[in-house]
Amino acid sequence: MRRWLVALPVTVFFVLVGFFIWRLVLMEHGDTPNIIPSVMINKPAPQFDLPPVVLDKPGLKLADLKGHVTLVNFFASWCIPCREEHPLLRGLGEKVRLVGIVYKDRPEQARAYLERLGDPYQAIGIINANLDSRDPQSQVGIDFGVTGVPESFLVDKQGVIRFKQIGPFTPEDINKKLLPLVAELSK
Amino acid sequence: MTARRLFAAFALMIIAAGPAFAVQPDEMLKDPKLEARARELSKDLRCLVCQNENIDDSNADLAHDLRVLLRQRLAAGDTDQQAKQYLVARYGDYVLLKPPFNAETLVLWLGPGGLLLAGLGFAVAYYRRRVTAAAAADPAAAPLSEAESRRLTALLEDDKKS
Amino acid sequence: MIPETGHFALILALFVAVVQATVPMIGASRGDRAWMDLSRPAAVAQFLLIAIAFGALVTCYVTSDFSVLNVAQNSHTDKPMFYKVSGVWANHEGSMLLWVFILSLYGMGVAAAGGNLPPALRARALAVQAMISVGFILFILLTSNPFARLDPAPFNGNGMNPLLQDPGLAFHPPMLYLGYVGFSMAFSFAIAALIEGRVDAAWARWVRPWSLLAWCSLTLGIGLGSWWAYYTLGWGGWWYWDPVENASFMPWLAGTALLHSSIVVEKRDTLKAWTILLAIVTFSLSLLGTFLVRSGVLTSVHSFASDPARGVFVLALLVVVTGGSLTLFTFRAASLKGGGLFAPISREGSLLLNNVLMSTGAGTVLLGTLYPLFTDALNLGKVSVGAPFFNSVFLPLMVPMVMTMAIGPMMQWKRGDLAGALSRLKVAFVLALAVAVATWLLAGGSASPLWAAGGLGLAAWLFVGTAVEWAERVRLGRCSFGEFLQRCGHLPRSAYGMTITHAGLAVVIVGITGSTAWKTEQIQVMHPGDTVNVAGYQVTLDGTQDNVPGPNYTALRATFTARKDGRLIAVMHPEKRQYTMPPRPTTDAAIHTNLIGDLYAVIGDPDGTGGFVTRLYYNPLVPWIFIGALIMVGGGLVSLTDRRYRVGAPLRTARAAAAAARA
Repeated sequence: MRRWLVALPVTVFFVLVGFFIWRLVLMEHGDTPNIIPSVMINKPAPQFDLPPVVLDKPGLKLADLKGHVTLVNFFASWCIPCREEHPLLRGLGEKVRLVGIVYKDRPEQARAYLERLGDPYQAIGIINANLDSRDPQSQVGIDFGVTGVPESFLVDKQGVIRFKQIGPFTPEDINKKLLPLVAELSK
Repeated sequence: MTARRLFAAFALMIIAAGPAFAVQPDEMLKDPKLEARARELSKDLRCLVCQNENIDDSNADLAHDLRVLLRQRLAAGDTDQQAKQYLVARYGDYVLLKPPFNAETLVLWLGPGGLLLAGLGFAVAYYRRRVTAAAAADPAAAPLSEAESRRLTALLEDDKKS
Repeated sequence: MIPETGHFALILALFVAVVQATVPMIGASRGDRAWMDLSRPAAVAQFLLIAIAFGALVTCYVTSDFSVLNVAQNSHTDKPMFYKVSGVWANHEGSMLLWVFILSLYGMGVAAAGGNLPPALRARALAVQAMISVGFILFILLTSNPFARLDPAPFNGNGMNPLLQDPGLAFHPPMLYLGYVGFSMAFSFAIAALIEGRVDAAWARWVRPWSLLAWCSLTLGIGLGSWWAYYTLGWGGWWYWDPVENASFMPWLAGTALLHSSIVVEKRDTLKAWTILLAIVTFSLSLLGTFLVRSGVLTSVHSFASDPARGVFVLALLVVVTGGSLTLFTFRAASLKGGGLFAPISREGSLLLNNVLMSTGAGTVLLGTLYPLFTDALNLGKVSVGAPFFNSVFLPLMVPMVMTMAIGPMMQWKRGDLAGALSRLKVAFVLALAVAVATWLLAGGSASPLWAAGGLGLAAWLFVGTAVEWAERVRLGRCSFGEFLQRCGHLPRSAYGMTITHAGLAVVIVGITGSTAWKTEQIQVMHPGDTVNVAGYQVTLDGTQDNVPGPNYTALRATFTARKDGRLIAVMHPEKRQYTMPPRPTTDAAIHTNLIGDLYAVIGDPDGTGGFVTRLYYNPLVPWIFIGALIMVGGGLVSLTDRRYRVGAPLRTARAAAAAARA
């Protein structure tokens, strides 16, 4: 039997091991196979027009995003990671225009959440306040490609999505990824 | 760490949604033909927040939203392909449990056929080498060639007749 | 004290395993009989020590000792005793202990029953077996200690996932591990043979019973898992092509190939290097499954709490075991010279084709399972590879496989007569065609998919073909009845095993085809008194009863009556259960089977107006899948009792031969 042929199994095996090591190293850094990159990057943000949830603040529609670099943050009062992320968002309000979209939540609960933890958003819209997914508005989450909360989208002045954060921000994410990109897009 | 927190979020979502079981009667379309199409399509679409379930089987909230959306698209007159494309545009090919044939999935789709051909090729090569090696070592041990076996059959036939 | 005893016994077992892994190996290379023979008492001692450790953990569970972290996390006083015991292996740590327990059980089996083995081969095989033991005991002691204490002990435990509190799933892991670990025997013998540079018919005969036992257990384990999924998950599916299922299916495919190629080694003394490779690959795929399930590198519906640190350890084990053995194979394979020649059209040729198809099948499942990982790593984006992919690629591969299964056994060794075999299979061909056409006509032409006719035709081909082969062997109808009976008695058990197992697969194919093609499903809101028509049955929701108490849950219980043409067929009680600890809802489907099809009822949520969401299914031929799997296992067991593989038989034959030679 030819030597290369008998060496084939061991070669294939070690190539496989290489892939496994790669995945294990990534997992050590918190990247699990469940995290799906968005296909919405570099595409225009979808059309939407959402009612307000807080009395003295406007709702949110696509046109509001034009002309500013904006961070769109999807959140809900029932979501524990959103709570963890919240203090960071409050600090972020000065550095980038921050707007919020309430996801699968009742308006009164969202209001209570913001009263208790503070409201860093310049405008807040609510998707599907009556939790009925046949409501055409519930599509907004799907149109953005949202899979859960929190998720955040950085939209440039032309209304094109430039960056997506899946899960809560960490200070590192904000300083290393988000803010440099905001600075670049604001030029 | 981000990822682990995200898991917590999803887990919470499922509990918040309560024990709903896959496709619900109130989601279903009146038109049985359209509904049947929706069911078939649902089986090819991945529930993005679950671990490897299609949206037809999943009881996650997002799967419910996707089932409803899918039915809205079909009711609005989308073809199966258009309805799938609608979700692919938002979630990428990841949403399809049967990946499309393209440059990224070339190896996946051609791999099994390639493996089979390679296997058959090895088997043939193995057989040939064995025969040549054996013939070189001991000509008498080699199996009969086609001509030889035909002659043998003929001889045996003759034997039977006589 | 008890957990410490278990922990200590496990540490002692590690030392024994280290000795068993080294001393006999050195002894075998030096030809020192005493050193070689140390492997037998060592294997027995290792088994006893691990049995003590395992027994200690079972005791902790049975007595609900919540000062043990593992028990506190996975058990609860309210749990029925049966599930307290099965809870031992329903978690990562305990299941690894079961793994090494079974490994040592096999080791002891070789030590006890392997009296007829050449001492060097036995010593080396047991040493390799002990090396695997060392790796896994270290894994348990360093990353997954089931005996860790918890201080202060909680008043009660966290309980066990109610989905796992099920008789099918209680036996599923032990059966699966008996299979996975059983293939370690073939592996150890393969490594021993590579070291010695000798593989012959005797080797194949020694390995075969172990591989057969492993194959039967694995088949049963997979069948149990599938059965569990069918009646627990609430929508009548029985196979999802989930990575975890694939992890058990790949060793099954490779192991099946191994069983067939080792026949060629035994009978014809050829395909040796390939058989050795298969033995290595089969066990490696078992280890790979363990790695995939416990590391979290793939997303799966059902896996253990994944932990990258454990993943690293199992991967290291995999590198040592598989990498080491494949490297050894690379350098030693050339020394395994093949013996008997054969023509492509022959029994050997058809077994080789079986091997090519089975390996391609295993390779396809591996490729599909790992493909998301590949594209991700190569930055080609994330893809999903799910059931629709596997169904459209794997099933077509199995069609030529099943077609050959009827022809292969009709072939002569060395040189077969394809035309002759096919002409003897005329009956099978005609019947298969008749079944296919009848299916197509009876099931309403366009109402059923065309492949359903093909599936049933294929099953008929295999079943009748297998029967024809058996009938020819015993000369059914071609000789006197007495001679027929005599021939039946003389036919080796392994031949019966083959016939039964192949026929069992035909039954499985009928089940798969029928359940996929003709499943009926009715999902609706029903109020008490409502009747729904499901596949000719009138199913009435008579009423529901709330807060029905169970041992550790309360249930909403529904009463359905199924009638056919006014005649009462069955009263069914599906439940929606709410477990107390952990607080989780489950559904308990009610199934009425007449062995041809299952009527399957699930009660869902109330709609707020007194109605309930109900799911009613008719799953035709599903029982055939599980019955067929049982028949296959039965065939394997019959083959296992073949005289050739009986303990000591080769030795007796050798003695008889020697006596005959002297006489």
